[in-house]
Amino acid sequence: MKPTLIRGKPWVITDAEGRLIDDIDTDQIYHNAYLAVTDPAEMGKYAFSNLAGWEDFPEKVRPGDILFVGENFGAGSSRQHAVDCFLALGIGAIVGKSFGAIYKRNAINSGLPLLELPAIPVKELGDLEQVVVDLETGEIKAPDGRVVARAKPMSEVALEIYRAGGLLQLRPR
Amino acid sequence: MGRTIIEKIFAAHSEDEVAPGKVIWLELDVRSARDFAGANVVKRFRAAYPGERVADPKKTFFTFDCNAPANTIAYAQNQQVCRVFAREQGIKVYDVDSGIGSHVLMEEGLAFPGATVVGTDSHLNILGAVGAFGQGMGDVDIAFAFRYGKTWFEVPHTTRIVVRGRYEYPVTPKDLTLFLVGKLGSRGALGRAVEIYGEQVEALDMAGRITLCSMATEMGAIGAFLPPSEGLWAFVEEATGRHDFSYPTADPDAEYIQELEFDVSDLKPLIVAPPRPDNVHEVSELEGERVDTVFVGSCTNGRYEDIRLVAEILKGRKVAKGVILKVAPATRRVWGRLLKERWLEVLHDAGAVITHPSCAGCAQGQIGMTGEGEVQLSTGNRNFPGKQGKGPTYLCSPATAAASALFGKITSPERL
Ligand code: SF4
Repeated sequence: MKPTLIRGKPWVITDAEGRLIDDIDTDQIYHNAYLAVTDPAEMGKYAFSNLAGWEDFPEKVRPGDILFVGENFGAGSSRQHAVDCFLALGIGAIVGKSFGAIYKRNAINSGLPLLELPAIPVKELGDLEQVVVDLETGEIKAPDGRVVARAKPMSEVALEIYRAGGLLQLRPR
Repeated sequence: MGRTIIEKIFAAHSEDEVAPGKVIWLELDVRSARDFAGANVVKRFRAAYPGERVADPKKTFFTFDCNAPANTIAYAQNQQVCRVFAREQGIKVYDVDSGIGSHVLMEEGLAFPGATVVGTDSHLNILGAVGAFGQGMGDVDIAFAFRYGKTWFEVPHTTRIVVRGRYEYPVTPKDLTLFLVGKLGSRGALGRAVEIYGEQVEALDMAGRITLCSMATEMGAIGAFLPPSEGLWAFVEEATGRHDFSYPTADPDAEYIQELEFDVSDLKPLIVAPPRPDNVHEVSELEGERVDTVFVGSCTNGRYEDIRLVAEILKGRKVAKGVILKVAPATRRVWGRLLKERWLEVLHDAGAVITHPSCAGCAQGQIGMTGEGEVQLSTGNRNFPGKQGKGPTYLCSPATAAASALFGKITSPERL
């Protein structure tokens, strides 16, 4: 059974001034120069390779870590690579203000948990070494158990897909 | 509580409780894949469901339009992978001679008022033009839809837009569309459905409805829905041979997350400058800028009415020296009608080059791309860098495209 409590270091994807970056599109997440890569394990090293200030992200991140992103994350093309690159790095979940509609589906269908949180507490998260995200309740807690933010919980269907290990492992009701 | 149009369509296709924010299982009337992602759908299907059948071959289709007929070996391979799978499974293929898949689905009566349709085309929400729910999805999604005939979907909230006033030619449905894209911006309707009302909307012919719904994607919307119109019924009856559809309409007490109102009485011809579809200006602001290439076609403006308008403007005249005018009718039917009514002859005489029905320049397919510095005017829906070549691309109406082709520079059709 896949865990529904995700524990990891929070990475808040901000610009040089410390503001959340909105509208990060699939080309910034995974540039089209690497679309020919077909082995998902290979894709991790290109994650954010086209996002200013975050080029070295793949070297810094650890399995289980959690991304906090701005509005309309994953806008643009429907490329699956932009999800697979994070799965390859072992990213535990993505918490964002909002997501591109096709990106959101692609992530959930591949078993990458996504949570929507309209107000991201940028400063507070920056001070934390670790957070725990509860996919069932949407609660985001500090290691001492304090609730830092409440995201919209994942839907039952999205959790079902996540537990099954992806949409293609699931039979519909 | 009353229901919006998308909630009505979903409620008729689901056993789950339909309310905004809820995730439901949705029965799909049609599932389709086009030539590019189609091969990936087949690959995923074979890997996940070895030896199994699609849920219903009669409701499953391939439509080839991105690169049709294939001009690269990679596309030809992908198309052939789909054909072989289709033969095994008894699935119908609308092959490289058919035209843009979303339009073919409407013309063939496969997308009809109230239907649910998914496919690998991110502009499938264009099917709102016939009152259907259409949705573009990734290849994992579509492989699942092929296998089970249903999918999960989060019921979106709906924004209600009322357009007041009427405009007059040479302002056209494309200008109304660009006006709304400019007002809403690229995430003005992110993840929502939109319903668009008003006298002007009800007066749109089918081509105009298609134009308006085709750019819901550029507003970030799940889809756009319109009230029915006379033009719609004529089209649907011809496509389906049926007269008994009830068009999905919103209840008077439906709940909207946002209500917007705009006035279009003073609307002028509009144009989108590079590099994004929401960079909207009046044509008059950019008049006089050099134009090298004009592309008329795409799922936004490739209908008979669009291309005939261009031919009417160009009749008896020639495009400016050095300007290349490229024309691609959306479907085989559109192409045939333009041919038989001799509008293609008019376009040829004016200097146009005409290609077969397909996405053509819009999908890096046929009829050529632009090189660096080559300024292109397109009747399409996206002008992101690289989408139609290396040159800067402007988006405009067929009327503005024709006027600009005549003078070799950006020209408002008001000058004709
Ligand atoms: S014409 Fe362009 S936008 Fe429309 S379906 Fe084809 S590629 Fe997509």
